[in-house]
Amino acid sequence: MQGKRRSRGNAAILAPMYLFTVIFLIGPFVYMIVLSFLTRAETWGIVNTFTLRNYQKLLEPVYLHSFGESIRLAVYVTALVVLIGYPFGYFMAKLPPKARGGLLLVVMVPFYTSSLMRLYGWIIIFRANGLFDRLLMVLHLTDAPLKLLYTYPAVVVGMVYALLPFMMLSVYSSVEKMDWQLVEAARDMGAPPAKAFLTITLPLSLPGLMTGVTLTFVPSMGLFFVADILGGNKIVLIGNVIQEQLMKVHDWPFAAALSVILMLMMSLTVWLYRRVTGVSEMEGFV
Amino acid sequence: MRKRTGISNLYLLFITVMMYLPIVIVMIYSLNESRISSVWSGTSLRWYEALMRDRTVGTAIINSLVLGVLSSLAAAVIGTLGAIGTVRSRFRGRGIMAYLATLPMMTPEIILGMLFLAFFSLLGLPFGMTTLVISHTAFCIPYVFMQVRARLAGMDHSFEEAARDLGAGRARVFFDITLSLIFPAILSGMLLSFAMSFDDVIISVLVTGVNVNTLPILIYTRLKTGITPEINALCTLMFLATLALFLLSHLAGRLADRRQHGKPHPAPAAGGPANV
Repeated sequence: MQGKRRSRGNAAILAPMYLFTVIFLIGPFVYMIVLSFLTRAETWGIVNTFTLRNYQKLLEPVYLHSFGESIRLAVYVTALVVLIGYPFGYFMAKLPPKARGGLLLVVMVPFYTSSLMRLYGWIIIFRANGLFDRLLMVLHLTDAPLKLLYTYPAVVVGMVYALLPFMMLSVYSSVEKMDWQLVEAARDMGAPPAKAFLTITLPLSLPGLMTGVTLTFVPSMGLFFVADILGGNKIVLIGNVIQEQLMKVHDWPFAAALSVILMLMMSLTVWLYRRVTGVSEMEGFV
Repeated sequence: MRKRTGISNLYLLFITVMMYLPIVIVMIYSLNESRISSVWSGTSLRWYEALMRDRTVGTAIINSLVLGVLSSLAAAVIGTLGAIGTVRSRFRGRGIMAYLATLPMMTPEIILGMLFLAFFSLLGLPFGMTTLVISHTAFCIPYVFMQVRARLAGMDHSFEEAARDLGAGRARVFFDITLSLIFPAILSGMLLSFAMSFDDVIISVLVTGVNVNTLPILIYTRLKTGITPEINALCTLMFLATLALFLLSHLAGRLADRRQHGKPHPAPAAGGPANV
């Protein structure tokens, strides 16, 4: 057969991605791990002496606190995104084809829009005496402005808002290609709607849900600019700590150690989630 | 049954409105005459005029465009070849390659930024456009790679076989048949890459040089240091440009699909994410 020659030819076209990945992805990852064991120089830069100090420093209360805060926020955000986004994706997939295509377009536009612009809209809404405060006062729900900007809820709203499209779209594409005859069969055999949903629809849409959860949970630990812009300096996520260590404190080895731990936590979460749901392939999104 | 569709439609409508609310508010406030955004003192285009006079904004726009085009092109070439390679060849490491190719998507951006910052300074690369292009290419490759891979996996091989039976050479088959069949996927991956690159804050802030501003970096710094109404106008223009680009790519995708299948595709063809 022509097989051998063909496969060699095809292996050669892997070369650009292979080289790029090795040099600009594996290289940096390896360097990050090495860097996390090196010592910071007195003034500027790095000294090549092995140390565990960076990892010991992680145990200081400030940093433990911000790890805790990040996980807590990521859990809240992911839960809200699932609660809002899952029904949206599900209902969208059940629309008649024409309406579905139209709504998909409408949903994609904010996804392509600058996330800073979308966040900026929230600043105008949440600011003291801003639109939200005035709406509440007009409705006589409150007497004084709530001043929601630079608070925890504002950061949660901003994150949920920024990450919601990922969940909607991945749930949508999973539900859309589902075989509805299975649900009908379950209903015909007397399963109540809730049971049919839990035993048929939910398991079948799990891959999409999983993709959505991953694409929400992973970024929500690192989106420092949301916490920055909507939270002022009050909410310090692990992403903010890393950014500060890199840009202001210039303690790169410590930033590397923080990143290594964050990376490990991420991988563990994804792995756990896969074990629990039994889904191994990411699906739906891209 | 009818009542239930009513509720679900209402839900879809409510969430959609909420998604557009901040965007619409920014657009409305861009027409506000007042310098303070909590006061409405009449409609005016003065912030658009101020924007036109602002040199730094112009430079930032050009930088962002150059960066987006260069990195999405590079990602398209590398990602497409990589996808064909991992789907078609029997090369041993292709499973690992496929995993590694999607790694940037699974890594929080702040970590990617940290990686690139540290690594580039180790290599002694000058921070600026070069480092921006390399890092953006790296996080754009997965988008092209996954789209093309999915397209290849669902592709009908009979066209290629027919061409080969009729005596077309390997190169001819690749350029005439394979490439034209996967082209919509490449295009949609590229557009998604461009959008991602054009919007990126985190990685760009970390790997840029002192003098190179992209649009998101500029907006981010201005939002942090004190808001000028110019930002409203800038965001509005950006949104309109995105909208135009998006609709255009959607139309292009539909045309391409119609040519291929003889009927329009229900999903937005160039729409990217949910398309596969």
